[in-house]
Amino acid sequence: METAAAAAPEPVRLSFVLNGHPVEAWVAPYETLLAVLRDTLGATEAKCGCGEGVCGTCTVLLDGAPINACLILGVQVRGRAVTTVKGLGTEGTLHPLQRAFVAHEAAQCGFCTPGMLLVAHAFLRDHPHPTRDEIRAAIAGNLCRCTGYTRIIDAIEASAGMREDPSGSTV
Amino acid sequence: MRKSPGEAFRPSPYRIIGTPLPRFDVADKVQGTTLYAADWRLPGMLVGRIFRAVYPSARIRRITVEEARTLPGVAAVLTAHDVPTNVIHEDPTGLGLTSFATPVLTAERVRYQGEPIALVAAESETQAQAALEAIKVEYEPLAGVFDADSALEPGAPRVHEDRNNLLIHWKLRQGDVKDGFGRADVIVERTYRTQRVDHAYLEPEAGVAWVDGDGVVNIRAATQVIEHFREIAQILHLPHNKVRVIAPFVGGGFGGKEDMTVEPYVALLAWKTKRPVRMVWSRQESLLARPKRHPFTMRYKTAATQDGRLVAQEIAILADAGPYPLLSPRVLFAALVAGSGPYRVPHVKIDARAVFTNNVPTSAMRGFGAMQVTFAYESQMDLLAERLGLSALEIRSRNFLRKGDRLPTGEALETSVALPSITSRAVEALGERSRPSGPSARVGRGFACNIQPYGRTVWFRDRAQAWIGFEVDGSLVIRSGVTDLGGGQAASLVQIAAEILGVRPDRITVHIGDSSLTPLAGGTFATRQLYMSGNAVLRTARELRAIMIPVAAALLEAAEADVQFADNHASVIGSPERRLALARIVAECARRSVPTAHLAGFQSAHAAPVDLETGQGKTFPDYTFGCHAVEVEVDTETGGVTLLKHVACHDVGRALNPQSVEGQIQGGAVMGAGQALMEHVALDAGVNLTTLFASYLIPTAMDVPDVRAVVLESGEGKGPFNARGIGEPPTGPPLPAVASAIRDAVGVRLEELPLTPERLYEALEAARQEKPEGAA
Repeated sequence: METAAAAAPEPVRLSFVLNGHPVEAWVAPYETLLAVLRDTLGATEAKCGCGEGVCGTCTVLLDGAPINACLILGVQVRGRAVTTVKGLGTEGTLHPLQRAFVAHEAAQCGFCTPGMLLVAHAFLRDHPHPTRDEIRAAIAGNLCRCTGYTRIIDAIEASAGMREDPSGSTV
Repeated sequence: MRKSPGEAFRPSPYRIIGTPLPRFDVADKVQGTTLYAADWRLPGMLVGRIFRAVYPSARIRRITVEEARTLPGVAAVLTAHDVPTNVIHEDPTGLGLTSFATPVLTAERVRYQGEPIALVAAESETQAQAALEAIKVEYEPLAGVFDADSALEPGAPRVHEDRNNLLIHWKLRQGDVKDGFGRADVIVERTYRTQRVDHAYLEPEAGVAWVDGDGVVNIRAATQVIEHFREIAQILHLPHNKVRVIAPFVGGGFGGKEDMTVEPYVALLAWKTKRPVRMVWSRQESLLARPKRHPFTMRYKTAATQDGRLVAQEIAILADAGPYPLLSPRVLFAALVAGSGPYRVPHVKIDARAVFTNNVPTSAMRGFGAMQVTFAYESQMDLLAERLGLSALEIRSRNFLRKGDRLPTGEALETSVALPSITSRAVEALGERSRPSGPSARVGRGFACNIQPYGRTVWFRDRAQAWIGFEVDGSLVIRSGVTDLGGGQAASLVQIAAEILGVRPDRITVHIGDSSLTPLAGGTFATRQLYMSGNAVLRTARELRAIMIPVAAALLEAAEADVQFADNHASVIGSPERRLALARIVAECARRSVPTAHLAGFQSAHAAPVDLETGQGKTFPDYTFGCHAVEVEVDTETGGVTLLKHVACHDVGRALNPQSVEGQIQGGAVMGAGQALMEHVALDAGVNLTTLFASYLIPTAMDVPDVRAVVLESGEGKGPFNARGIGEPPTGPPLPAVASAIRDAVGVRLEELPLTPERLYEALEAARQEKPEGAA
């Protein structure tokens, strides 16, 4: 009997930029970016919530734009830049958005948080002065079951407000 | 309008308790460094998978696994015959009345779609998938029981050949309902239905198991209950002390990780292969086969006198348990106790039953039976108010329970029942009424109150332990076997210890969730964790402080009563210059052979089981009360409902961390709103139609408004610092509150959840044809 294992195609070499650093891996051509990140590169900060592109938990930035890593193949990111939540802040320093999430307790179980932060980050870059309703629409593709969203929106709103502060001080 | 995080919530007599301290675990979570169950990796780790039944009811004629075993990369294929003890013994009532054996892997009979039949471990995902596809099962499909109503009919197929389909029948008898109905001026009788709901935590079930050199089977899994190590040991036929369960931070539980999920399966595969095995369930697997919230059918007959006082309530609750008991009997018991709501009712008769079916199993979910009944008892209050010409507020005010009153179980309420102020604050916080957004839109408002127990049923003699010790540098370690589901269960222990022992929170490390290395504290369920482990840490910290104070007093040359521990120092009250670092006190304790670590526990109040014929007796340690007020807009052309405002007020006794408390209330309110408006596990003759996140819908940020959490602190409760439990209470009130607001908007009251556009549109059409309006 022919099995998936027997029919498995040869691995291919993949190189791209992950959080500013060049990475290389041998991956199966059918592997999703999420599988490559989690299982091959150990980037477990990208979470799998549904694997069908609905919950947004696996959101990463591809050349700065949020995508569901479960819906794209690893080989499709060849030569491109992928950002996970570990690429948001710098070593030892939280990004203002991360600080706002802590200050507002915008995470409970935290499983949706990496994806939520990346979507919020991309959104605020393009919409520096959002209304609460605009924030709501921006994160509508990212499910959260713990918070009821209110504190997440608070944190994103506060983070946007902080950018306007010329002193650059944060919470 | 919104509070800034630094704003004081209410003056607190404490230094740390009552402040919105940032949670240490949230700082980790925003950086993506938290290692959840599925993030764990060990060298040589195999992939574990489950072969699940296709049919909801079938006989298994033959299972063929030989070919799968020979495939490349396949390390093990296990069936029921390979499981040392292939049953989990359950005591469904906790009263030792009957024992029930649930198979780990089913061998001859399939009782629900997705039931585990075989296990596979292989080197890779692809090889594991190939092995699953190579397993052949010959089924003989059988008739099944697919709705609770028909489960007890004569001639109904039996889910278990050796017993009828009645799993449990709890009874509550208080007063004489016949007499009560005889003295009533108004009687309303209705049947309400709530639906099957999925927990839908974002983290699917996952775990890694491995065997240590000394033969200890370790399971690091997303679980609410590390105490399952004992059941796993029985399955593996090992001594209890040879199985260890570790719970990392969990990506949401809500009761769905209270029963075992991957643990027995991944443990079996690791035990058999002697290699580490990881098992991660897909979302689709989770939606298909994990236990859900019970659908309830609730027949309520409620009577009042002309002045709006309740005189009698007769209630019959029927729940679909699926094919195995799990926690169904306990869920139904909570429904029994909370069935008549937060009201004084002299004559009460309740029958609460759960029946076996061939539908997906049901078990614990946040609210645990006491939330479903909210939909019925609050809808009944609204109907009585309409019949009597009273306002919804007035009829409730005339019947609210008060401290010292007795529940229909005969037990007295021992702490504050602040329902009048809870309700008025919730209703007032709705503010100005919104204007309809278009000509076909109607705006309406409703509110609903609730009573929800916290803590385990008293006959379980609940207990939690904690160990607290100083390091020589004055930093502090807490060990307690709690599981942290995201509600701040670990962070709250830090806050309590910081308050009592004067160590700053950033100098405290807490170790949780390890059945071998942390003192057992019981699972995180039943809104018990702050109540139980919080009290355990409080007691342990106080006793440790009492042990060390004499040493500090001697060093400071002060009376013991004048010494305080604060800000990493011991100091003399009133003389802040007379102070010594806690590390100095620790060193002195060592010199004098005085312990600087302590283990202690907290034992919940316990009592004998209730009388089984009358339900009379002490049941739960205490209760939390609340009220939610909502505003909706209904589109009369489509039946679509938009939730415009949601206020949720609960008396939490004392808010240890106001932000965490608000978060619990907001999240619970939205979970309730999801059940009210959209969520539905759809089954067709036991076949699950909603096994995608694209078909099982939970609220997105666009579906719900900001939830305004109004935190009331009565200063009374049985948790640490007089806190009450708040995890489960916010889930119930949204169900009737939304239904009530729809009734207010368009004059139609729906008695079946969820309140979908289709359902409301049909009701509106029926009302348009009937006329006149108002006869609900």
